[in-house]
Amino acid sequence: MSRIEGLFARENPSIIGFTVAGDPGIEASFRVAKTMIDAGVDLLEIAIPYSDPVADGPVIERAHARALRAGTTPDDAFALVRQVRNYAPALPLVLFTYYNIIHRRGPDRFFAEAAAAGADGVLIVDLPVEESGEVAPSAARHGIDRIALIAPTTSPERQHAILREASGFVYLISLEGVTGERDRLPPNLAGLVGAVREKTDLPLAVGFGVSRPEHVRTVAEAGANGVIVGSALVRLIEEHIDDEAAMHEALRTAIIALRGGLVPRSRT
Amino acid sequence: MTAGRYGVYGGQYVPETLMSALIELEETYGRVLTDPEFSRRLGWYLHEYAGRETPLTYCENLSRDLGCRVYLKREDLLHGGAHKLNNTLGQALMAKFMGKRRLIAETGAGQHGVATAIAGATLGLPVEVYMGEVDTRRQALNVFRMELLGARVIPVASGSRTLKDAINAAMRDWVANLRETHYLLGSCVGPHPFPRIVRDFQSVIGEEARRQVLEREGRLPDTVVACVGGGSNAIGIFYPFVNDDVALVGVEAGGEGLDTARHGASLSRGSVGVFQGALSYLLQDDDGQALETHSIAAGLDHPSVGPEHAMLKDSGRVRYEAVTDAEALAAFRHLSRTEGIIPALESAHAVAYAFREAENLDRDGILIINLSGRGDKDVADVAKLPRGAP
Ligand SMILES: Cc1ncc(COP(=O)(O)O)c(C=O)c1O
Repeated sequence: MSRIEGLFARENPSIIGFTVAGDPGIEASFRVAKTMIDAGVDLLEIAIPYSDPVADGPVIERAHARALRAGTTPDDAFALVRQVRNYAPALPLVLFTYYNIIHRRGPDRFFAEAAAAGADGVLIVDLPVEESGEVAPSAARHGIDRIALIAPTTSPERQHAILREASGFVYLISLEGVTGERDRLPPNLAGLVGAVREKTDLPLAVGFGVSRPEHVRTVAEAGANGVIVGSALVRLIEEHIDDEAAMHEALRTAIIALRGGLVPRSRT
Repeated sequence: MTAGRYGVYGGQYVPETLMSALIELEETYGRVLTDPEFSRRLGWYLHEYAGRETPLTYCENLSRDLGCRVYLKREDLLHGGAHKLNNTLGQALMAKFMGKRRLIAETGAGQHGVATAIAGATLGLPVEVYMGEVDTRRQALNVFRMELLGARVIPVASGSRTLKDAINAAMRDWVANLRETHYLLGSCVGPHPFPRIVRDFQSVIGEEARRQVLEREGRLPDTVVACVGGGSNAIGIFYPFVNDDVALVGVEAGGEGLDTARHGASLSRGSVGVFQGALSYLLQDDDGQALETHSIAAGLDHPSVGPEHAMLKDSGRVRYEAVTDAEALAAFRHLSRTEGIIPALESAHAVAYAFREAENLDRDGILIINLSGRGDKDVADVAKLPRGAP
């Protein structure tokens, strides 16, 4: 059983945290990851910083810019994955990237390096299923799950095509828009989760906009297996950029509060 | 591999949420292509409203200076002052056919923003234009024009604060509002079907020029020259000549020189990469991060180029060259003085290269330069330069 499968068999629903490698600095980034893990995230998504993150809202966009200003390269992101892997041997790790980073290295080298560093999955934000033939063989060869994305605008036919290729878990984009905190989640969330649930046995994790304990509860009640929190955590890094102790305290407090949004579900 | 490929280039490298909008756009485009009502309305707008066809002007003084027969295709005389309106009228009409209620656009030089504002005003669609902060300053006249035309200009403060960041911002807006909003992309870049749509709407330039030169000279030209930012005016004039025995030359922004880091010559100096939705040539570092670019012409200040140009470069059908800021500025002044035509700084790159290309032509050789736009927007900036300096 893979680490990702093991997690969803054990912790359901689980909390997935997101951080940009190299934010707020190359070394500080590992300390951020460590705090997130210690505070209780079940799976960590680590983004490789990119110059033009078009799927991201302002908070995560600025995190990419901070990481690049700190000189973070894809090599540094792989090094971070390796460090985190040593620190938390059982924790599932997913690399989050824009496609040109992979294209530039060549898919085979990229997935080999990701596997060697200890990543379990790779999520490519701007590679729809129609183009994914370019990476599928390399990902499979190196035993990396390709985390697929489904949006509220994805037609049922495309959902089928996407799910045929998906492994690990499925990332459901909760809303039409870029990443970023929202006051409330869209009302039709349960409908989206239900529609995809009918088509796959893979775990479903919901992200984009999820930022408060009550959102976590809503997502869990909608029947999702995981809740992805990004901007709400990244913002805390930015807010406490000059005071690392306060940054870590804020992250810890936020993650504990988000976990508190989970009403434990009885297993059947 | 998806539809919308030019050789290996092109494709649809976009976030999942956008795929539905691209599919809708492709379907609509397929429909309007064969819809007589659409072509009638677009034909009316191009002819009665925008002022097509534009002249193909024989330039006696420039011909004397260059030692061959030089024609300018006068897109500077199109309403709005640049070729951009050919595309914005077409896409805005498509937006109407799709039932969209709002247009968004990116702009670099401001010409595409102005052309979108014009199309939106006449077709009754509200317009919001994203523009890098740097460009809002160096093209301040066009910011005012857009506002006068009823558009809202949104300055973009992220990244290099130029055209690429304006495109990123427009894409973010589109992802959030795609049910009611059409993203009116201004060049033959981005994911399929944009490169195809923009090329088709701009091909009117080359169709007219081909007919006009045949009428005037009784033969095809030896060479056609156009500047290349994203590549829309170039592909527009090249496309109808692609199967002819005519040399085609695209001129990129050489900035402070191709051997410096400050230029925008993605075809001359870039490598293959995925950027803003398409596989094409890209100015990028070893890790795949887009590089900052530079050009005196805001409309050429961009790290990538349309995928069809990437294919035409590889096949050798089109030659891509670069001229520096200084050469473009000299051509800007030269054309103004000798022909009484102030070109856009973008178009001045094509004029500048014509001086070099003319050395390969004899007195009867025919050279067409696509004068993609007029230079009013650049006058204030050029006036600030020290006299005689680039
Ligand atoms: C007059 C003019 N020419 C050329 C360009 C470059 O765009 P493209 O390469 O798409 O023609 C611009 C862009 O703003 C422009 O305003």
